[in-house]
Amino acid sequence: MNKVPGTFKLGLLRGQMEIIQFTRQKEAVVFTIFFPVILLVIFGSVFKDTIAPGVTFSQYFVAGMIASGLVNTGFQNIAINIPLERDMGAIKRLRGTPLPITSYFIGKAISVLASMVAQVLILLIIGVAFFGLNLPSEPNKWLTFTWLLVLGSASSTALGVAFSSVPKNGRGASAIVSPVVIILQFFSGVFFVFTQLPGWMQQVAAIFPLKWLTQGMRSVFLPDTFAAQEVAKSWESGRTALILVVWLIVGLFLAVKTFRWENK
Amino acid sequence: MKVIEVKGLVKRYDDFTAVAGIDLAIEAGEIFALLGPNGAGKTTTVEILAGFRAPDSGTVSVLGFDPATKGDAGRAWRNRIGIVLQTASDAGSFKVREIVKHFSNFYANPRDVDQVIEAVGLTEKQNSLVLELSGGQRRRLDVALGIIGNPELLFLDEPTTGFDPEARRAFWSLIRDLKAGGTTILLTTHYLDEAEELADRVAVITAGKIIEVSTPALLGGRSTSKATVSWLGASGLESEESDNPTAVVTRLAAQFGGEIPELVITRPTLEDTYLKMIGGQHE
Repeated sequence: MNKVPGTFKLGLLRGQMEIIQFTRQKEAVVFTIFFPVILLVIFGSVFKDTIAPGVTFSQYFVAGMIASGLVNTGFQNIAINIPLERDMGAIKRLRGTPLPITSYFIGKAISVLASMVAQVLILLIIGVAFFGLNLPSEPNKWLTFTWLLVLGSASSTALGVAFSSVPKNGRGASAIVSPVVIILQFFSGVFFVFTQLPGWMQQVAAIFPLKWLTQGMRSVFLPDTFAAQEVAKSWESGRTALILVVWLIVGLFLAVKTFRWENK
Repeated sequence: MKVIEVKGLVKRYDDFTAVAGIDLAIEAGEIFALLGPNGAGKTTTVEILAGFRAPDSGTVSVLGFDPATKGDAGRAWRNRIGIVLQTASDAGSFKVREIVKHFSNFYANPRDVDQVIEAVGLTEKQNSLVLELSGGQRRRLDVALGIIGNPELLFLDEPTTGFDPEARRAFWSLIRDLKAGGTTILLTTHYLDEAEELADRVAVITAGKIIEVSTPALLGGRSTSKATVSWLGASGLESEESDNPTAVVTRLAAQFGGEIPELVITRPTLEDTYLKMIGGQHE
């Protein structure tokens, strides 16, 4: 008897299938990949001011768009798509095979990361070409960017899988998931400068990962002088990493505990 | 060797009892059909045996494991089982060959992808998207995904619902080939002809209970029930039920002095027997 492929290798194969499936749904591709660009075009055209010396609103906004892209692509898409997959019998079919459930989760995370890379590339190209976006030149900023992207994709995916147990079926999923994300975006300083939000909003946002992802992305795309204008007067990179890891663990725990293969 | 052994299986959903205490023993290499009307408990039984649901009571052994508590043996156990459940609508944006190939990665000893696609008659459609397939073709893809892992035991839940007659014949021949290759098959169906055509043994299930297990030929005492002899007599069509139809024919032959007009001898069809057994519950 041959050896059954390992959990991670199967996860990579699942990721490949998830990406194929995603790229064949043209509307989803356009919406997911270009939505941040469209928002950048709108906001970048409306707000032409600088929010600090040498920091345009576009520069600030790109950091927020990449962070909220992680939440849209991971949390939102997955929490909406898994109930649809349940409706169609896809998860039940997989469950009848020797495929480990972990491989299924890894596949989801890989597709989120792949989609994020595509989104970020397009957003940065458009930003640099049309909105005077300055890319960081220090290697350690790109290192921060990389771990934020990987850790953000992973925790967002895990939380999306966990939240996918909330909607009863595929039809109702979007109505339940989308408001959560939109409110979180407003509270977390994606569309507005975070420190200008009411204090209670900042405190609520500080519980959730999006605030930390946007702050982390600001540490990449904004000059270090801007750190003084953050709530803690610093980028709080260590705390950001810690909070994202905690959310990743919480998400994984809930995902495994609550995962269902069919709708109620 | 018993591939499946079930004793006193009970499954309730709220206050509805879907399976009300059934026993089953299925031998290696046989095709066993669960025959019954919709809602009789066939699917629930299969889903318990395939490890999708836990029973409320009773003991279940499938390939030597309790499907509900297989634990660490889960992957190795699933590696030996193929499942074709009722209608699914997933995988629409994959190509036929792509998805069959993908599923082959899950198993230790998969069948050859092209041979499986050929066996289910989808070779010409192998590069089509799944959402472009007809209902019957989609069902055949379900079967391809169920057998790609080269299972010892195959569950087929209502496999030919929505097939045209030609597709059903082709499907039956595929199932016979699998049996010839040594696969044990548990099939649920509400088509009598399907059970008669394929099954070595049939269990008739209604309202969550098995009311008889037999070969298709012996089901419901069919082979020993009275034959009906009918003929055109002086006053129109006449008939007589008898345990000894030959004696009746001999008598009639003497009476008519040779050829008996419009002579017909019938025994109850499987359908007659079945309808009698399930007490007119057939949909």
